[in-house]
Amino acid sequence: MAEMTYRDALKQALRDAMTEDDSIFVMGEEVGRYGGAYGVTKGLYEEFGADRLLDTPISEPAIVGAAVGAAMSGMRPVAELMYVDFIGMTMDQLGNQAAKIRYMFGGQIGVPMVLRTQGGTGRSAGAQHSQSLEAYVMHTPGLRLAMPATVADAYHLLRAALRQPDPVVFIEHKSLYAMKEEVNLSAPVPEWGKAAVRREGGDLVIVTYSRQVHYAMQAAQELSKKGVEAAVIDLRTLNPLDFETIRRHVEKTGRVMVVSEAAMTAGVAAELSARIHEECFDYLAEPVVRVAGEDIPISVSVDLEANSVPTPGLIRDVAERMVAVRSAA
Amino acid sequence: MTQDVNMAAPAAAASGSNTELLPMYRDMRRVRSFEERVGELFVRGQSAGSMLHLSIGEESAAVGVASLMRKGDTFTTHHRGHGIFLARGADPNRMMAEIAGKESGYCHGKGGSMHIADMGLGHLGANAIVGGGIPAVVGAGLASKRAGRGDVSIAFFGDGAMQQGILYESMNMAALWDLPVMFVCINNQYGMGTRIEQATRGVELHQRARALGLRGETVDGLDVRDVREVAQDLIDGGRAGNPAFLAIDCYRFFGHARMDKSPYRSEEDETQGRAKDPVKFARQALLDGGADEAELAALDGEISAEMDATIDFAVAATPPPLTSMFRDVYASDQPEPEPVRTRIDRILAVE
Ligand SMILES: Cc1ncc(C[n+]2csc(CCOP(=O)(O)OP(=O)(O)O)c2C)c(N)n1
Ligand SMILES: [Mg+2]
Repeated sequence: MAEMTYRDALKQALRDAMTEDDSIFVMGEEVGRYGGAYGVTKGLYEEFGADRLLDTPISEPAIVGAAVGAAMSGMRPVAELMYVDFIGMTMDQLGNQAAKIRYMFGGQIGVPMVLRTQGGTGRSAGAQHSQSLEAYVMHTPGLRLAMPATVADAYHLLRAALRQPDPVVFIEHKSLYAMKEEVNLSAPVPEWGKAAVRREGGDLVIVTYSRQVHYAMQAAQELSKKGVEAAVIDLRTLNPLDFETIRRHVEKTGRVMVVSEAAMTAGVAAELSARIHEECFDYLAEPVVRVAGEDIPISVSVDLEANSVPTPGLIRDVAERMVAVRSAA
Repeated sequence: MTQDVNMAAPAAAASGSNTELLPMYRDMRRVRSFEERVGELFVRGQSAGSMLHLSIGEESAAVGVASLMRKGDTFTTHHRGHGIFLARGADPNRMMAEIAGKESGYCHGKGGSMHIADMGLGHLGANAIVGGGIPAVVGAGLASKRAGRGDVSIAFFGDGAMQQGILYESMNMAALWDLPVMFVCINNQYGMGTRIEQATRGVELHQRARALGLRGETVDGLDVRDVREVAQDLIDGGRAGNPAFLAIDCYRFFGHARMDKSPYRSEEDETQGRAKDPVKFARQALLDGGADEAELAALDGEISAEMDATIDFAVAATPPPLTSMFRDVYASDQPEPEPVRTRIDRILAVE
């Protein structure tokens, strides 16, 4: 056991993977000499050299496109987008190229690349540097999507992503980099594509991912003091999606809250809610409730920013009311 | 307080060649002082976040070009655009309030340092996407050409944006359609920790514009008069439908944003780079031209006091009310997005 930050766990995953597999290299803006805008790759340039930590010009579409070509040529690129907000600039290379090459070309070749990036609120970074755009990725067939919430998962999911045969978009949360946890990196971990049940509870289940896992856990602890027991599911990967774990808990509790930091409309929470309604309808005591980001851009103002996404307090309040509705019925 | 950048200089200090330089010195000094206060606002924990990019060292680019703009002209800036906006006549109080994320800021605390704008001054917006503000000037140029007013639209961006494809798409269209547009690259030698030579083999930036049929020049940013002279010629051409590109060589005096201590560059690099100080240079030129040290010191003091007040203004200003978060997603006569809480209330309403 050792205490480690989310940031260092990511770095350790890159280090271990690069040591094992010579074909892995990292490319992106400021990933080498600078050590990454959020310090994830700090030190790796000195360890692995300029050939394996490629500092690129500010040319996002070409960064992602070059990763596609390298992946088709026997290498395993880890391309980095400094902010997920820039994904729109690269969406052709990601959505029309990386995601479709295996299919369009009749299964001749895959694109085993990882696109590492980070998103979310928490730094007063404003409308163009604070978004949660995972739905863009989840909506695109052919792309895998991982969003680690814990330090251990930062390590294990990145290692697993680097063993996938298909393109993986790996979205970190900017507010988690400094988070520390005791981790044992050699302990058994949930396999790729399996959700983690962070907490059991029979009154309702909260389904979430990324930073909101921590908010949900905080809310669940407060709820517990009031006699309400909430299960918390951390999806870990959104594609593949572990719907079986969700189903099991829905059947057990009959009450479901889906939590996401992204704008509510047509987001990941909408997909999850729709699927739970469709497939678990008979088990639901009340409608699935989405607690998600407001349908607005993120402001630079600290107050507006913090209140435009779910907070532990909101999750707790809504959970309490959900349980009360059931009891009243 | 909104100042016209072309306002006449204090008569006493303005003699001979100093007449042209003094107002530009004053504007550059105001930019420098303002940026220093932005740094202070951050240190005092009163800024909205740390993503504040100071334009210290780039004052001649801001003032040399902005002092040539007139009513009707439009412009976009990058993330390091405080100086350009201030040089164009922005109110430093409202700027600082915006940087603090306050209601009385230019964008009501929603945009912040990297997304500040003022349509009244033709500022079509600062941008946190490298290259993001460039193509808008092509559209503004089209509108100006259609209106036949001779208004020019200017995109300001850093050397980092020289490697974004959208710049070349934009310059090509501007040239193809003879638009009243200008592209101004403020080459401060760095994009975060990457020196320009580490980002491209083609460091003769203006050549790229020439290859596309624009007029293209590079000017040293030490002497604001040089910047203004070259820019004048290019802007005049721009107004007549000959789009142009201008690279202005300068140095980013401090770290990329407030958290960056520039560990990737040497002290020697910084000492050498900071020798290219357009504010200091202009001040010395004024003295050499016969200006009175005491009068310059008085002017500096006045500016200092003006800029000190921006901090007080921003700190005293109130944050935007929470309900304002739903405003301006769409036009004001349209319904605002429904809050998540309202939607949840409806679901959980017990009959
Ligand atoms: C599309 C995009 N890519 C990357 C970034 C992150 N980023 C912000 S500023 C910057 C460096 C920009 O350098 P330059 O254009 O020279 O402007 P300077 O900061 O030197 O003024 C980078 C990489 C961004 N904001 N947008
Ligand atoms: Mg630069």
